[in-house]
Amino acid sequence: MGELRLMKGNEALAEAAIRAGVDGYFGYPITPQSEVIEYLMSEKPHERTGMVVLQAESEVASINMLYGGGGTGKKVMTSSSSPGISLMQEGLSYLAGAEIPCVVANVVRGGPGLGDIQPAQSDYFQSVKGGGHGDYRLFVIAPASVQEMSDFVPLAFDVAFKYRIPSLIVSDGLIGQMMEKVELFDPIPRLTDEEVIARYPWATNGKPKGKERRILTSLDLDPHKMERHNWALQEKYKLIEENETRFELIGCDDAEYIIVAYGSSSRIAQKSIQLARKKGIKVGLLRLITLWPFPKKPIEEFVKNGIKGFLTVEMSAGQMIEDVKLVVEGRAKVEHFGRYGGVIHSPEEVLEALEQKLIGG
Amino acid sequence: MAEITLQDIIKPENLVYQKTKLMTDKTLSYCPGCGHGTAHRLIMEVIEELGKENDTIGVAPVGCSVLAYEFMNVDMQEAAHGRAPAVATAIKRLWPGKVVFSYQGDGDLAAIGTAETIHACNRGERIVMVFINNGIYGMTGGQMAPTTLPNMKTATSPYGRDIDMMGNPLKMTELVSYLPGTYFVTRQAVHTPAAVRKAKRALRMAFQNQIDGKPGVSFVEIVSNCNSGWKMEPVQANTWMEENMFPFYQLGDIKVDGKLIDR
Ligand SMILES: Cc1ncc(C[n+]2csc(CCOP(=O)(O)OP(=O)(O)O)c2C)c(N)n1
Ligand code: SF4
Ligand SMILES: [Mg+2]
Repeated sequence: MGELRLMKGNEALAEAAIRAGVDGYFGYPITPQSEVIEYLMSEKPHERTGMVVLQAESEVASINMLYGGGGTGKKVMTSSSSPGISLMQEGLSYLAGAEIPCVVANVVRGGPGLGDIQPAQSDYFQSVKGGGHGDYRLFVIAPASVQEMSDFVPLAFDVAFKYRIPSLIVSDGLIGQMMEKVELFDPIPRLTDEEVIARYPWATNGKPKGKERRILTSLDLDPHKMERHNWALQEKYKLIEENETRFELIGCDDAEYIIVAYGSSSRIAQKSIQLARKKGIKVGLLRLITLWPFPKKPIEEFVKNGIKGFLTVEMSAGQMIEDVKLVVEGRAKVEHFGRYGGVIHSPEEVLEALEQKLIGG
Repeated sequence: MAEITLQDIIKPENLVYQKTKLMTDKTLSYCPGCGHGTAHRLIMEVIEELGKENDTIGVAPVGCSVLAYEFMNVDMQEAAHGRAPAVATAIKRLWPGKVVFSYQGDGDLAAIGTAETIHACNRGERIVMVFINNGIYGMTGGQMAPTTLPNMKTATSPYGRDIDMMGNPLKMTELVSYLPGTYFVTRQAVHTPAAVRKAKRALRMAFQNQIDGKPGVSFVEIVSNCNSGWKMEPVQANTWMEENMFPFYQLGDIKVDGKLIDR
């Protein structure tokens, strides 16, 4: 068993970065995730593993540092919260275009604008629908516990390097700030320069002797070549949809209704389900682990098996519900419930919404 | 006397100059007479002469030189508009033994990328930053740049740059010379053979500083022409540059070995 610790979600993410063999973290403070860079700085990762930690002048700089560092084949990471992630959208588009692996964590807070510093899930559209310009996708994964704040870091890197795609870990101020028991994974050693050079022939870390130099760019002025590049990206995204979709089913076997939720909302919904069961309402939880690729299959299965309805629960005005509806295609009732702008719904509120919107309605 | 043929002349022992193999054979995308191509060549010659072709990573900007990576035959990354110093920062931090340079125009380095420029310089990143100042946005069709001279006509200052309305030209190179993180700051040109020789010397010093692990940025501005954007013939553009750009953007070293030069 790995080392057990009581940690904040943000600290677990930071500790996981060191243990995952990250070579460089570049970040800019913002509530509610400043503990990430604070923890990293206090841990002296340059002494522990040789990891570089740099406080950048802005999130614009951080994300472009990921472009530079990731482009050399090194494991690079940043984290921020909603307004900072908005500033990174141009950079993410470039990273996706040039196919540079990296990991970005968003500890979401209420918006729009400066919003507040309380938990929210209102960056769903931005996370899974592009955010930046162009036809691109990110691998988007949503932890629901402090444990997963740790576990999803190496996972996000594995997918990022396997497919040369930026990975986005989407949590929120609740998971970032709360303390839970976490079992830390054993440290993965950082790759040596020689290993990086051997493993990633596409990386720009100095033209190998007797070989062609490498170029990382997202530009091609020839529209036909650019279309071919886009086709290749889409092929890759298809592969990721096939191989990397993740979800969890809780109490769904006999369920007549399904709550669809992710992250903090899925934790709250678990309690709502217990309350509902006590009242004899047969409801299960589909917990999304990856937000993109979106878990379409379980929803399709529920519809085929004649589910009576879905309630999407998210701390937003209703964003993820659109993707559920795209799968359901009108074959079952789909309703949304959520508090937002930084307000967290209670399990009772969720149950009430279930009763009113799906069962009574 | 026997007639001398071309074959007699083309011999290794007669070779005095050849194109560096660190420039590809691709036809340059620049307008005839543009300084970008010469600047590219000088950087590549210096890297070749320093024996660093396998240890160099360059960062191209967005601007006319966005395709610098097509011409410079070393590992290259193409950065978002203005972000080359941030990109180069991470590369150098993660590969401190490699040679890292950024190459940017004046819109890229002194407008949209001002924050990245100032902070890379202020942190003292051990990189070479090359800054091509042609007083205009060449690539997008000759709009006003932060470096555009007072009264200079551009597509977005068609009656000349009105200082009251449009603000003052920015001397970014002087500005960064005051930052403790710059080690070598110089302003050069590449429009005459003499200027080319001086610019090359400056570039060699910049890259040598980095190889020697000198603390801080080596910042090389090259005041260059943009005959298309300025709407002039190439020769006329060079004359205009000497008469108008050089008095405002004075050539020469500004900071050497971390010390400001008394100019
Ligand atoms: C975010 C963004 N804004 C605007 C542009 C359009 N753009 C491309 S190059 C350029 C200006 C380039 O001027 P400069 O850096 O001086 O380079 P030059 O072409 O003169 O060498 C602009 C505004 C862009 N590509 N990206
Ligand atoms: S537009 Fe200006 S900067 Fe661009 S290639 Fe032509 S002369 Fe050079
Ligand atoms: Mg310019």
